[in-house]
Amino acid sequence: MHELSIAHSLIELATQAAAQAGVTRVTAVHLRLGVLAGVVKDALLFGFEIASAGTILEGARLEIEDLPLRIHCAACDTVVTLPDIQHFRCPYCGTPGNRIMSGRELELSALEYDDTVADSAGESYVNSATP
Amino acid sequence: MSTPRLLEIRQGVLSKNDRLAAELRQRFHAAGVFVVNLLSSPGAGKTRLLEETLRRMGTDLRVAALVGDLATDNDALRLARSGAPVRQIQTGDMCHLEAHLVEQHLDGWNLDDLDVLFIENVGNLVCPTGYDLGEAARAVLLSVTEGEDKPLKYPGAFVSADCVVVTKMDLAEAVEFDQRAAEANIASVHPGVPIVYTSARTGAGLDAWMEWLEHHRCSSHR
Repeated sequence: MHELSIAHSLIELATQAAAQAGVTRVTAVHLRLGVLAGVVKDALLFGFEIASAGTILEGARLEIEDLPLRIHCAACDTVVTLPDIQHFRCPYCGTPGNRIMSGRELELSALEYDDTVADSAGESYVNSATP
Repeated sequence: MSTPRLLEIRQGVLSKNDRLAAELRQRFHAAGVFVVNLLSSPGAGKTRLLEETLRRMGTDLRVAALVGDLATDNDALRLARSGAPVRQIQTGDMCHLEAHLVEQHLDGWNLDDLDVLFIENVGNLVCPTGYDLGEAARAVLLSVTEGEDKPLKYPGAFVSADCVVVTKMDLAEAVEFDQRAAEANIASVHPGVPIVYTSARTGAGLDAWMEWLEHHRCSSHR
């Protein structure tokens, strides 16, 4: 069970990126997760909820995009998607292959945030109310 | 009304570990140290294999080991009997080693005085897989008592292996180990990966293991 430490790394990365961009509250975190990354989705979702408490990510959704395993088939000279992670062979010609093109991703792809929340809500209300 | 906005990032979640591992790899390479990361499930025989490996290798090369466990320094004490410098990394509740733990435990060792460093990871076939430790090679162990289908159950670990070491071959007959099935399963998740069959108890296959190490040690310095 290393999902909690992955959640911590994810939150650290997201917090830094948000701070750099001046984002003060994040509403969703988008993660690209390869099927071979060795991460259990439910455990990560659970870990994220716990680890995000008290940070600017608290209450944010964790949106996970699942990515399949893709290898390069030398015989077909093309990238093929494998139906599972137990059989590293081309589903079309049967040639074994170990050149992994994708499926190991564990990547923070984007953060979603609210525009109004981002530029410190209190002040902007005051400004618009008293022009 | 608020408009949701998107901030694109595209960064690996483990990028901090990856960066540190890359720095370590550079240090190891510069000092001419060949580093091997040993992975397996608990009880597959990493420490036993390492005991024999340190003993055999220690006659020609300067070898050291870092050994990760959740608790106790039993393994470090066992390995230290070989005469090699050994340090225990106690991870507490962490199921894998990370690059910063390796870096911390190198403190005080002069890498120029070493030829080979083994890092025995925490016994676990899932969690350590994604954590680069700056190693030059990764060996994944499979003991005959675990069942031939372990590679299919934990493909991630076997996919990342540069070599698969089947251990406890002296028990193969007793547990009716099907070597052909094991070989097919390993090849199914990692076509072409070298496999060595060993018994640290009888010494069978250890020459092949030592040869594999020596071959990779030499080619890593090129």
